[in-house]
Amino acid sequence: MGKTWGLTVTAILTNVSGDLLLSRGMHHVGQIVFVSPLQYLRAFANPCTILGICILVCWLVTQLTLLSRADLSFVLPITASTYILIALCGHFLFDEQISAAQWIGVAAISMGTVLVGCTPARTTKPHPEHDL
Amino acid sequence: MKWILVAVISICTALGDVLNTAGMKRQVGVEELDRRSPYYVVLGIFRNRLVLGGLGMLAISFFAFVALLSISNVSFAVPATASSYVLEATLAKFVLKESVTWHRWAAASLVCCGVALLSR
Repeated sequence: MGKTWGLTVTAILTNVSGDLLLSRGMHHVGQIVFVSPLQYLRAFANPCTILGICILVCWLVTQLTLLSRADLSFVLPITASTYILIALCGHFLFDEQISAAQWIGVAAISMGTVLVGCTPARTTKPHPEHDL
Repeated sequence: MKWILVAVISICTALGDVLNTAGMKRQVGVEELDRRSPYYVVLGIFRNRLVLGGLGMLAISFFAFVALLSISNVSFAVPATASSYVLEATLAKFVLKESVTWHRWAAASLVCCGVALLSR
């Protein structure tokens, strides 16, 4: 259970830092057109974007490992605390405004996270066959 | 355009997460994963068709997310794409056969409401 919580914290922190770096990089690049691959390539030349993508790759591996140990219906609400951290970082680092309704949203997500934290991480049986 | 991107991200993320969970549960047990080196774990992941399908869905979601970030604030983009929580809890119960208790339904609903408020 300790490793599951360690993976959960790692997944949350890598997700938040990756998203924030990606956001910073994309705002430096400016608007991109959805169907233009060249503009995506130009966006990926930005150091913040590259670092953000590298951190999000780490997040993906951590998330997949976590999903091998815990239920999807456990992992998703628990890792939703990412949204709280991103809103707070947006407010304190990027000077984005947070309204009263948004603070209520932060409280609701926090309650959801605590509620699912009270349930067992895994309710399904391990699969008998392993592909490795 | 903004809300089309949000829909693409939500649907692809939900399908990607379900495929990844199904694939990773078949991939290795907890004890086996602990004993293996990261190399074999990553190699195993990329030989798993369900996980590859899930990653494909998440890749589509990622490119749509990058486009969304370029036209909106991070405090809108990230919470707005979390609208699939209840859908994912439903898929977890009926497809993955997880025991979704009232705690988890309440948690998914609270997160959904919280995300909706956070996106305003």
